[in-house]
Amino acid sequence: MILVSAYCAVLLSFASGLLGLMMNQRRYILELSRYWFKKFPSTNEHYQSAIAGSLEEKHYPVFLRQAVFVLLGLSGVFAVLAGLSVLIGKEVVTDQLSLGLPWLPWHVRFDCLSGFFFLIVGIATAAVSLYGPGYVNSYDESQHPFAVLGLFTGLFVAGMLLVLLADDAFFFMIAWELMSVASYFLVAFQHENSANRRAAFIYLLMAEVGALAIILGFGVLAGFADGFTFDALRGAKLSTTWASIAFMLALLGFGMKAGIVPVHVWLPEAHPVAPSHISALMSGVMLKVALYGLIRFCFDLLGDVHWQWGVVLLILGTVSALGGILYAMMQTNLKRLLAYSSVENIGIIFMVLGLSMIFMSNGHPQLAALGLLAALFHAFNHALFKNLLFLGAGIIHHQTHQLNIDMMGGLIKKMPKTSVLFLIGCMSISSLPLFNGFVSEWLAFQTALQVDVLDNGVLRSLIPVAAAALALTAALAAACFVKVFGLIFLGLPRSHHCEKAHEVQDAGMLAGPMLLAGLCFLFGIFPGLIISLINNVAGQLLGETLPNDAALGWLWLAPVSAKQASYAPPLVLIGAMIAGCVSFWYLRRNPATALRRSDTWDCGFGGLTHRMQYSSSAFTMPFRRIFAKVWIIDEQIDKDMQGAMNQDVAAVHYQLQIQDHSWPRLYEPIARGVNNTAKLVGRIQTGNIRVYLGYSFVTLIIMLWVISQ
Amino acid sequence: MNWLIAVLQTTLFVALAPLLAGWVKCCKCRLQNRKAPSIFQPYRDLLKLTYKQPVVSEQASWVFIKAPYIIFSATVLAATVVPLIAVDLPTSASADVIVMVGFFAFARFFLALAGLDIGTAFGGMGSSREMTISSLAEPAMLMAIFTLTMTASTTNLSFAISHVLNEGLVLRPSFVFALAALVLVAIAETGRIPVDNPATHLELTMIHEAMILEYSGRHLALIEWASQLKLMLYGVLIANIFLPWGIAESFGVQALGYGLLAIMGKLAVLAVFLAIAETLVAKMRLFRVQEYLSFAYLLGLLGMLSHIILEAAR
Repeated sequence: MILVSAYCAVLLSFASGLLGLMMNQRRYILELSRYWFKKFPSTNEHYQSAIAGSLEEKHYPVFLRQAVFVLLGLSGVFAVLAGLSVLIGKEVVTDQLSLGLPWLPWHVRFDCLSGFFFLIVGIATAAVSLYGPGYVNSYDESQHPFAVLGLFTGLFVAGMLLVLLADDAFFFMIAWELMSVASYFLVAFQHENSANRRAAFIYLLMAEVGALAIILGFGVLAGFADGFTFDALRGAKLSTTWASIAFMLALLGFGMKAGIVPVHVWLPEAHPVAPSHISALMSGVMLKVALYGLIRFCFDLLGDVHWQWGVVLLILGTVSALGGILYAMMQTNLKRLLAYSSVENIGIIFMVLGLSMIFMSNGHPQLAALGLLAALFHAFNHALFKNLLFLGAGIIHHQTHQLNIDMMGGLIKKMPKTSVLFLIGCMSISSLPLFNGFVSEWLAFQTALQVDVLDNGVLRSLIPVAAAALALTAALAAACFVKVFGLIFLGLPRSHHCEKAHEVQDAGMLAGPMLLAGLCFLFGIFPGLIISLINNVAGQLLGETLPNDAALGWLWLAPVSAKQASYAPPLVLIGAMIAGCVSFWYLRRNPATALRRSDTWDCGFGGLTHRMQYSSSAFTMPFRRIFAKVWIIDEQIDKDMQGAMNQDVAAVHYQLQIQDHSWPRLYEPIARGVNNTAKLVGRIQTGNIRVYLGYSFVTLIIMLWVISQ
Repeated sequence: MNWLIAVLQTTLFVALAPLLAGWVKCCKCRLQNRKAPSIFQPYRDLLKLTYKQPVVSEQASWVFIKAPYIIFSATVLAATVVPLIAVDLPTSASADVIVMVGFFAFARFFLALAGLDIGTAFGGMGSSREMTISSLAEPAMLMAIFTLTMTASTTNLSFAISHVLNEGLVLRPSFVFALAALVLVAIAETGRIPVDNPATHLELTMIHEAMILEYSGRHLALIEWASQLKLMLYGVLIANIFLPWGIAESFGVQALGYGLLAIMGKLAVLAVFLAIAETLVAKMRLFRVQEYLSFAYLLGLLGMLSHIILEAAR
């Protein structure tokens, strides 16, 4: 039953992709339906006219788009159902599909870990499919055919679901490649811009290099096992050195997909150029699938984790979290900013995962379960709010044709519903209490504070420092999203487009984000619902659950013990409502003090314009100065002079360019190295056929000599 | 019964906050050879503001109008977490010290948004500076708090204070460092000299005042009250964590009364120190605040390390 709904989810997403291809086949379908009606004239008149109506030239594309997204949404619903039922039942279901090569059937295994990520994919897909139909109708059919978008969206979702189902290395890699390649085409969807083609190429390149590392990682494991199924890989007995090599390869491969610093550079390139609902899926879900791969590889396949790996994850995670948010803060392109913020959140998840490994290998499996729980819950939350923010960014782009936040402003009055949804996303990602982001961050702090149980002095002083870095990250994230919300929605409109913007008309485009915002709030107030499910994942994966299982209620959250720490979000909500209502009621009861609207205070000079507001670069200027070493800053101020002695300033031109350190430090040397090697190799390529024949001859001789030995 | 005392304690917190502000102002005036206003003056100011008609800019959205209520509520919620006169109250269990920091972040988030809402340069400037300073202060504060929570092995403030009480007077180097760090952070977070000057309206130096420049009437009253509450919160945190003696451990009337007297005495002394410091020290440039706060962070780190190296039981 569970597997049936999982398969249904996969098949439906395939079907939605294939249905998208029907976009250009209206003629054939029309003929088919005529033939059908002729053959079975008894069919209900009502249906006939409905079908004929939907096949009309005007209605057909709209209808088909709806149908494609309905199938995609159903796939999401089935994925949620499958995930929930396996999580509640704590089951492990296995199966074999005789697909692929005849002697290599595909092994399928569906356990709590897969189920949990199914849940993430399902929720995100459902929200995206609500949002999709309204969003894609802005694309010009002749330039950006829907068939391409629909096909690859379906394949992409199917690929992600298959990765989660895979139980042997072959199947895993096939699904992984399906996911990577399908998303490449989605990134390259608007390929008429050279920036998009470049972004897509970088993405594909890094995805393939990552896949290579993963294959090598599986290869190392398989070298010590008899077969490629995960069961065989689990049984492999590796020496510490080989296990560490496998771990490093997996970390490189999965980390590249997840977007860990310094292999994160494809994210800020690819996410802004993909259509918004695709960037939502990529950032909210695909990164989580990479995380799934890493957890599966380390905790399940390798089994014995070492604390040194945990330290590696902790350090990489801390660097990614801090680097990600600092880079995010400097961006003016909204989607690029969100992409960097994904780097930050993945960094937080890696940090907590590292803590979990450290506790695991030091013989504290219950605390390891706490860390794993915090990491998985943060992954879940990030999927919710990042999806929400990307969809919100899509709405803003759809309505204002802008992604530059320096050109926005004042949208809260033009788009009140969108602004509330976006605000909820911003508050969740800034980890403010009452929202889900806070709960996972709280759990992360609780995990870090358990450091006293460790014996190693270095670890005991390293982990609190990482916790303080986490605090810095959270505070910077709040600053970053104050900037985002403040510049986009508050203040005066900074451009003509924003002045004329209005609320989005399509109900679905609001329903998708609304679903996500509702879940953000729900799991912020009742985190116990989801935490008890994740506890089952930890139970199955680590064999241990939380130290304080009994306290997992809907009201209290006390993961270790009530004596150590507790948090009751519903009580906090009630307290907040009481405090807010009392102050509101007390102060508003006097009718003589009703609000009076008036002009803004302009210091008596008059003529406030939108150009006097703080811009993005102005807002982040103190940060730029304090953390100057983090970026490559190119700041230019040119003054046009005039007057008698050329002393009066007529105009000032300000230019600011901020670049990522990883390009000149890491990628350009690699690119130069590749070029130089290619030149060296190029020397033997003379272009003369006789020389090539000579090479073949020499090779042949050597081969013969090798064989004859 | 416990809940009743918790509500009573929160009400006391809210009610006494302007008194503390008045006392600080009074001490400062005396130290600067000025004639001091009555220590009840903040109450009169707040009352006056609630009777005034608030003027709101035409550009303002709901964020600007609702923000004072949100800021005030979040600060009151933070006050429910901190034990003022008694420990072991149920509200301390519903939210621990990390949540308290979260409430502060919540209030600050909306304050900064309100600053950006009108679309003037002042508001943006204040928001930008406030977020900068707070994002540097938060890790330093958590570092100091982690030192405490690791000593007491709980993040529940009430249990932590009980732990310190039960241990008796032990001189811990980690606590000395943490105390110093927390004092520095408290000064930065409550916008006192040398980081910010609560009495100035000079554009180059404003931080907190720049954000609330557009507020008037009851909105201004709420924000002022919230910042007085925040000052008192930090004062109580410092007083009750590091010198918890006197706080009520049972809920008898006598114990609670002593608890109230003890905390008022402690706060009065702290306020005198604050007034002296504000009189002696000049405000620093904005871009020196980072050095100040990294020093606080360093102190917190030293506290943490000395706890791990010197004090942990292994």
